[in-house]
Formats: sequence, structure tokens, C-alpha cells
Amino acid sequence: MKAVGGTAVGAAGGRATSAPIMGGAAEPTLFELSQPGRRSWQLRTTGMPEWDVEELVPPAHRRDAPVELAEVSERDLVGHFTRLSARQFSVDLGAYPLGSCTMKYNPKVCDTVAGLPGLAGVHPGAPASLSQGWLQIFVELEEALCEVTGMAAATLQPAAGAAGELTGLLLMRAYHQARGESRHRVIIPDSAHGTNPASVTLGGYETVTVPSDARGCVDLEALRSVLDTDVAGIMLTNPNTLGLFEEDIEAIAGAIHEVGGLLYYDGANLNAILGVVRPGDMGFDIVHMNLHKTFATPHGGGGPGAGPVAVSPRLVDFLPGPRPVRLPDDAPDDFGYLTPPQSIGRVHSWHGNALVLARALTYMEVHGGDGLRRVAERAVLNANWIRRRLADTYDVPFDRPCMHEVVLSAATLRKKFGTKALDVGKRLLEFGFHAPTVYFPLIVDEALMIEPTETESLQTLEALAEALETIAAEAAAGEPLGEAPHSTPVRRVDEARAARTLIPTFDARP
Amino acid sequence: MPDYLPHTEDELSQMLTFLGLSSLDELFTAVPAALRLGRGLNLADGSPEPDVLARMESLGQANRARADRLVCFAGGGAYDHEVPPVVRALAGRSEFVTSYTPYQPEVAQGILQAVFEFQTMVARLAGLPVANASLYDGANALVEGVNLGVAASGRQTVWLSAGVQPHWRSVLRTFAAGTGHVLVDIPLEAGVTRWPEPADHDEAPGVLVVGYPNYLGCLEDLGAARRICDATGALLVVAADPVSAAVLRAPGEWGADVVVGEGQALGTALSFGGPYLGLFAVAQQHVRRLPGRLVGETVDVEGTRAYVTTLRAREQDIRREKATSNVCTNQTLMAIYAAVQLGWLGTTGLHEVALRCARGTRFCRESILALGGIEPITGTTPTVREFAVRTPIAGRLAIERLADEGYLGGLALADLIGDDGDGSVSGDDARHGLLVAVTERRTRSEVEGFVRTLDKVVR
Repeated sequence: MKAVGGTAVGAAGGRATSAPIMGGAAEPTLFELSQPGRRSWQLRTTGMPEWDVEELVPPAHRRDAPVELAEVSERDLVGHFTRLSARQFSVDLGAYPLGSCTMKYNPKVCDTVAGLPGLAGVHPGAPASLSQGWLQIFVELEEALCEVTGMAAATLQPAAGAAGELTGLLLMRAYHQARGESRHRVIIPDSAHGTNPASVTLGGYETVTVPSDARGCVDLEALRSVLDTDVAGIMLTNPNTLGLFEEDIEAIAGAIHEVGGLLYYDGANLNAILGVVRPGDMGFDIVHMNLHKTFATPHGGGGPGAGPVAVSPRLVDFLPGPRPVRLPDDAPDDFGYLTPPQSIGRVHSWHGNALVLARALTYMEVHGGDGLRRVAERAVLNANWIRRRLADTYDVPFDRPCMHEVVLSAATLRKKFGTKALDVGKRLLEFGFHAPTVYFPLIVDEALMIEPTETESLQTLEALAEALETIAAEAAAGEPLGEAPHSTPVRRVDEARAARTLIPTFDARP
Repeated sequence: MPDYLPHTEDELSQMLTFLGLSSLDELFTAVPAALRLGRGLNLADGSPEPDVLARMESLGQANRARADRLVCFAGGGAYDHEVPPVVRALAGRSEFVTSYTPYQPEVAQGILQAVFEFQTMVARLAGLPVANASLYDGANALVEGVNLGVAASGRQTVWLSAGVQPHWRSVLRTFAAGTGHVLVDIPLEAGVTRWPEPADHDEAPGVLVVGYPNYLGCLEDLGAARRICDATGALLVVAADPVSAAVLRAPGEWGADVVVGEGQALGTALSFGGPYLGLFAVAQQHVRRLPGRLVGETVDVEGTRAYVTTLRAREQDIRREKATSNVCTNQTLMAIYAAVQLGWLGTTGLHEVALRCARGTRFCRESILALGGIEPITGTTPTVREFAVRTPIAGRLAIERLADEGYLGGLALADLIGDDGDGSVSGDDARHGLLVAVTERRTRSEVEGFVRTLDKVVR
């Protein structure tokens, strides 16, 4: 394999072209940099009485020796974490077409908002009268999310999508219980995210999996065959994880509602339909949103996210409390808290991931209603451009217009040349792009799930497509792609060894 | 039309032509016409960044409780600690902020190694060998800890100390509706849990949950809880404060099977409650039941040290309905803040912070009790981190009056547990109660001013 040059293609803003892409040298752990006696910390002068620990903590409770941490200078600390940051790919560095994860550009103004002392410096236990600004942010965000989803009310408490799913399932449970019904099963398509079935179990339900049909959508006949009054509801992602819109959604909704079940909308892909169609108008009763996907709040290397849940009118009384609400005109404050009469209870220590929520509102206000529609249009346009451009190079298992992402397959590459989806992804890293999602959805053989997002330019799409075409040509030429990557900070890692000889901390090193 | 979209008009037409389409609307033909919105979203038009920023700033001005305006004595699981510029600068680097879950370890060693270091520090604080890569917050960590305990013991009865942070107890109750766990509330006496005799209960507990210190700042006898666990086969889940842990005997040493906690105090701003940081550590024998992600050390094909998420077979994307937990997204960025903060503090700094919190708390408590008329709620039980007192007026009223004088004077107990109180504090004390926390950021003169003002407003 040739080393990838920096100027092989036109200038694409979203391609990390420096070579090597990132810092190559291994970085010692902070513990190895430690020199006992060295320190960084400086604390405020307080003038407080200087009682010893013996005068403050009874002997039975007192620790014998301090907790051993690294001892480094501030300069060493800065060097260490800066070097670590140079060993990390990010959206700011280059395009991140990781399907289903919506790694779009995260506007910097949102960082500024999240750092405002008037927002970041507020204690969550402060009474409503002392935190009116925050309550206004919550209420306005809730209203905006309800307009986007076509729902009646929302809770902002869930900290992430999966937390939203579980909250939604408990709402479903409370709804059926209030009607004196005991239902046991929740339906999930075989293309669903793994969080769906895991949440179903924690919600106290059994998962029933329905297959996808030849067009990549829910098999309506198979769905009808499992429907009865024991079904509490269905969890659907629409567009689904194949990037395809469930065209039969009205029929699905009708069938579920007919047996008294509820429709849960997994909002992982809501970004594809902003301002185009709304879950509420499709017949959904419960909707979770992933603000870190749809509304561009940064994902922080794995979190935080935020997973608000919006509901139709019949579920409003069950929402988690306390809820931020507008107060009547004669109240002393504009905003306050209210716990719904049949609330399922709290789902977060406080009010949810507040600073993430403030970022999302900022993003929505900059875009406005028209801008959000443009976000969806450009996301779908970019995904279809990639689909069309690569249709001759990779398999397209469901070859029809997609929404915000496209699922390709390396099945033919594997059969003819032994090159797996994994190899394609690993080689792509060397071209200055993050890999697509591989082997998901599970129903596609050798899946390569590409979500370019709306913030990547045509030049970046061209560079990405060219890189994937080059990789396919390399496969055909018999290049050993199973050895890629070479130029990344580390090469393929031994995952089996990590699991076999578990080293979860520095202290567990042999 | 403010946005962040790169497409020029020319490029839009070029791309549509390439797709054989004549308009952007045609991209959505798969959406049944009857369902389409058919109008614009009923939201205001987009505003330029400077306008939106100005509005958010003005909303921030409307928050009277901001810590740069009111001197903060509030705690209850969220604390006003020093977060120095160096921590914000490093953890706020966009390589950490704008990356996704480390699914491609070859280009994610930065996140993975930082989390490995975080796991090491949390494990040392807990006194247990394994810590995960984080959960959402303290309440979520507690829920997951109880789920683990029930799975490991095979018994769904949970003895829940009323000294556990009240909101966390509420969250536990919410999720028990799905899991079917039976939560038995165990009340406090003079601020510490009064565990019943297991023989007096029909069903032996599968899990015991206790705070250390508990939410009233009191030091619980973890040995007593451990003895019940030994007698019944229950698992001991300790909700520990990571700052106090620097001066207290580690929960793992007391025999905790699972240690959960709220990591906000380790480098995360008050943030009106989130994003925070769920801490989770376990004894070795429970590692395969661990919820969430775990980073492990390994090597790459050339034998170079490398890090990777491991024991993945526990997780939802692989095990689906049989996963140990549904957690996917966690709070990695906050874990990195904690790793940098603990790197900045080091061995001596964390100890110093814990010591200063204990000193300030004692000084403040003794000064208030010396006033006369304000009584301790937890008797003479030793406290660290925070303390509860009963004032002659309603706690909520005291907070309002203190705010007018420049102090966020703690939390009204009634806001945490309701006017009727609960197993931790009686109704009368709840209505008149204040929970006060003093961190290393509070000076002697701030405390003296607060105590004088409190004396004035409760009379």
C-alpha cells in the first residue's frame, strides 16, 4: 500500500491531510510522569482555622494514607493532555462519516454559551425564583422541540438517548397501567439500535423482533402476525437505521393503535426530517431526541448527550417531574416547577444535562425554522450524492433514494478479494477521514454505514468518495488491506488480549 | 439565513443534476405526501450568532443564583469547587470535545488513555480494583449499582438507607417500576441509618445501599452494613462522595462491593445540574456485570502499548435485550475533566481540598450553633462535607431572604424531601431545615458574613 499523500485530491476542508495524521509517539500515563513532591494545585487563601485531619474525622473513619494520585507540575499536566489530544481524531480535524452517529460540525458559539457564568455557575438546587433564566431556557427548548416533533409536551431530564428510551418505556407502562391493562411485549424491528432491546428489558417488557422486508422496511405482514392486546407498543426509528423512510408508517401506526399499543419514535435519525415531516403527524405517541446528533451538541468522546422525550396529549400527565413550566400572569415569577399528577417520577439527579440543552437551544435559534429545514435537506442531499457516486464501486443492498445516511456493503469486495468492511474502514483512516460505522445494521452483510452530514462540502464528499474508490481499487489490486492502518498513532489493536488479560487500571498492569 | 452549511447555489444545482432531481423537495418523495408538514416550522426565523449570544447572556443575567453573584453554600450533591483555568483549557480542547465514542481505537488513543487514567483514579478513590468509563450522574450510577447488586445476589429486595441523596432515591423508585425491584426504605436516627435485624424481615435483602458520608454529611457505620451483607449474602452498594474520600477510609476497605458517586466535584462546573459525572467502581468478581463502557490496556500489532474499549460483550449493541445495562452514550468529557482535575490536584491537593472542606464545614457549623436559636438536626453525629440545621423560620423563606443579602445559603430541606419530611428527617425539621455545604473556595470572612446574615434573617 502506498502512503497517502497530502495533495492527491482537491482541497477539502473536511479532510485531515497532514501525514502522519496525528501524534505517533506513545504517551506515558500521568502516573509514570509523576514525581513525588511536585505539584500544580493552588487554592484560595481562606483564613480558616487550620484544624488537623485528626480533629475533623473520627479515627474509625479516617484514611490511613492519602489517595495516591499523580504528582506533576502544571507544565507537565499541559504537555500530557495536549499530546493525548494530538492522538485523537475529531470533527474539528476532519470529516467523520460515522453512520447513525451524526457527527456534524459543532458551532463554537454553543461552547461560549455553555461557558457563560450566568448559566454554568448556577447551582441546580437553587429555587425557581433564583433561576428564572434557566427555566426560561428549558421551557423555550421544550416548546421548540414539541413544534419540531409535533408533540404536546416534553421532559428534558433524560441524559442521553438510551435514558430517553427507558423513560419512554416507563411512560408506556404507566399509561397502560392507568387504564388497568397489563401488557408484556414491545415490538422492535431487526434493524434497530441495540439500546432499544436493552431498554425494553429494563422497562420490564419482553422484546419481540420483527424482520425487515426486501425493501429494508418493517415487514407489515410479519408485524400484523405478532399483534395482539399483549403488545404494549412498538419502537421505531424513522428513517430507519438503513437510512430509509418507513413508507408504510401510516399503516403501521394504524395497526398498533388498533390493538391499543403505543408508537415510540427513536429520534436517532430525526435530523433527516426536520421541517419535512413530524413524528406526531406520523402517529407516534412518544419521541426521544438525541440532541447531540440532531442539534449538534458535541459528543465529548462518548458523551455527554441529552435525550429529551416528547409525548402526545394522552401521555402528558405521566411525564417525569418536576417539570419547568410557564406560570400564570398573576404569579410572582414567570416560570416555576410542576409535577404532573401521575408522574412516573424523576429520571435524573437534577434537571437533565442543562448545558447541553442550552447549546441545543442556541443551535435552534441560530438556524430558526427555515434553517432547520435546510439542515435536513442538505443532509439528505449529501447522503444521496455519496450513494450515487459509490454505487458502481460498492454494493448498495437497498438501492433507492436514502435519507440522511446510506448503507453500503463490502460483500462483493470480500467475496472477490477478501477485503472486509473492517479493512475498508481502517484504511480510510489513513486518508484523513474517520471510518464509517461498520457491521451495523446487523441485517446487512459487511455493512458500511455512511452519514456525511450536512456540514461537509461537495469538495469533502468528493475527497471521501475518491478515497473509498481508491481503497476498492487497492483491494482489487491485491493490496494487503488487512494490515491497514500504518500511519495512525497506533495500528490495529489486540482486542482479544484486552478482554482476556484485563488491565482496566494502571494498578492492574502485570 | 444564518447556518453552518457549505453548499453554494451552484453546488446545489450541480448535485441535484447528478442525482437526476430538479428540486430539493424531490429528495423526500419517500415521505407520503399526506404526512408532510406542508408549512414552515412554527419557530422564529434564524438569528445571527451575536444576537443569540446576547439573548443567552441576558437569560444568564436572569439567574440570580449564579455563583459569581451569590456566595454559594449549597451542596446536596453539587458543589462549588475550584476548577482552575488549566483544567478548562485542557479538557475543553476540541479534540476531546468534538470526537465520538472511541469505536476506532487507532485514532482515539487520546480519549481512551485519558479514560484509562480516569478509571485508575476512581478505582483508587473507591478502594476497588475496577472502575468504568462513567455513567450519566450519581443517580444513574446508583440505579446501575442496584441493578448489578440484584443480578449478582439473585434477590430483588433492596434496603435503601434514607441517608442516600433524596433525588437519587426518587430516581431509583422511578426505574424500579420497570425492573420490579422492591425498595425498602430504612430510616435514619440522629442522621445515621438504623439498620433492622435481617431476622425481623420475611425476605432477606439482596442489596444494601448507604451513603458515605450520607446527604446530611453524617458518617455512616459501613461496618454495620457490611455485617448485614455478610449475614444475608447481600451486596453492599456505597454512594460515596469523591472529595471526602480523600480523608475517609475507602468504601472498598469497608467491604463495599460496588461504589457509586457523583463526580461533579471533580472538575465540573455547577452547570445547573448537568452534564455531571456518574462514578462506578466494583470488586473484581463483578467485573463482567459492569454497566457501561470499560477501557483496557493492550498492544497493537507491533506490540506498542494501546488502549481499547473492552469486555464489549456485556454491552447493549452486542448483547441487546440481555445486556447488563442500556447505557451507550456516557459522560466521557466530564470524565476527562475529572482526570485533568485530579491530575492538577495530585495526592496532596485532593487531600488539601477535602481537609479544607471539613475545616470550613466545622467552622461554619460551630459558628451557627453558637448563635443560639438554630439547632442541629442530626444531633452530635460527626459530619463532614455538609450539615443540616433547623432554623426558627421556614427553610425556603430563609433561602429567599439570604439571597437578598448576597448568599445562596444552602438548600431548603423541604425542597429535597418535601414539607412532610421522610425517613431521613421529620416533617417539622424538614420545613425549617437548611442543608449547608462549605467548600475549599469559601473564606473565613465569607462564612462569618453568612452566619451573621443567617442570624439576622431567621429572627
